[in-house]
Amino acid sequence: MNTVNFNGQDWPLPEPVTVRTMLERIGLADKRVAVERNGQVVPKSRHTEVVVSDGDRIEIIVAVGGG
Amino acid sequence: MESNDPLIIAGKHYASRLLVGTGKYKDFEETRAAVDASGAQIVTVAIRRTNIGQNAGEPSLLDYLPPAEFTYLPNTAGCYTADDAVRTLRLARELLDGHSLVKLEVLGDPQTLFPDMPETLKAAEILVREGFDVMVYCSDDPIQARRLEEIGCVAVMPLASIIGSGMGILNPWNLRLIIDQARVPVLVDAGVGTASDAAIAMELGCDAVLMNSAISHARNPVLMASAMKKAVQAGREAFLAGRMPRKLYSAEPSSPQTGIIAPAAIAKAA
Repeated sequence: MNTVNFNGQDWPLPEPVTVRTMLERIGLADKRVAVERNGQVVPKSRHTEVVVSDGDRIEIIVAVGGG
Repeated sequence: MESNDPLIIAGKHYASRLLVGTGKYKDFEETRAAVDASGAQIVTVAIRRTNIGQNAGEPSLLDYLPPAEFTYLPNTAGCYTADDAVRTLRLARELLDGHSLVKLEVLGDPQTLFPDMPETLKAAEILVREGFDVMVYCSDDPIQARRLEEIGCVAVMPLASIIGSGMGILNPWNLRLIIDQARVPVLVDAGVGTASDAAIAMELGCDAVLMNSAISHARNPVLMASAMKKAVQAGREAFLAGRMPRKLYSAEPSSPQTGIIAPAAIAKAA
């Protein structure tokens, strides 16, 4: 089974999908988040082009309270 | 808001010289109320992983503190290497639509949260090169502060005491050395415990004060936020006014020394 590592946890990945599709599937498509793929920021303008595939390490971040 | 004594950071003017963190409040309502009471225009935020598959619909900090109303200062709290700090701020810039003002902190030790200065310098160089406006948490060492300024940081932010300790201004002499040499704003970034600490920092000549726990951990955070606003203003005015010289063990009466109804008493004492 192909897997993708989201925020440090492995998840099954049935087929390669774009970042946009990935965000839609996890309910974050319309949220203010930023995405990093294998250590590189994926700009919002490229969410429909960049493909997430087997073995990728994805970080999805938000702003939270902090000092 | 215009002010005749603005704080200027990276070319932008701010009327408030108090910057506040948004962590450790009871809820977002309290966060917002405290930020409002503080009068802060710049608020720090942390960058963290989302909880995937959980609570996608729950409110976020940005709903309560809209980026249109405040200047966000994303931080790198929790980062222990230059690489992690740089990655975090690149993500912050993407998250906040190209926003370049950031707070760099690279920690060296989870017990003290003291900055790791070699890693901080390394991260600052990369971030400045990439066009970030870097406000940097640092040790209260004037040499490190100067290096950070030379790299191109837009503000240096020495600790006054350990992050979250509320121990106050422990080394005013080092802060003065940093303030006296700096050509960029100097902010006390950690250690303030109560209003008088903030006033002392400003009286020393700090350009602004950044705090979180001193407000969020007060018994009444909103009231403390209001106290801090006044303390920062009072300290700033006292600094600008210039304090009277200290005269050790040499009293000087404020009232006239002539025309006293019992001049004999003075003669007797003298």
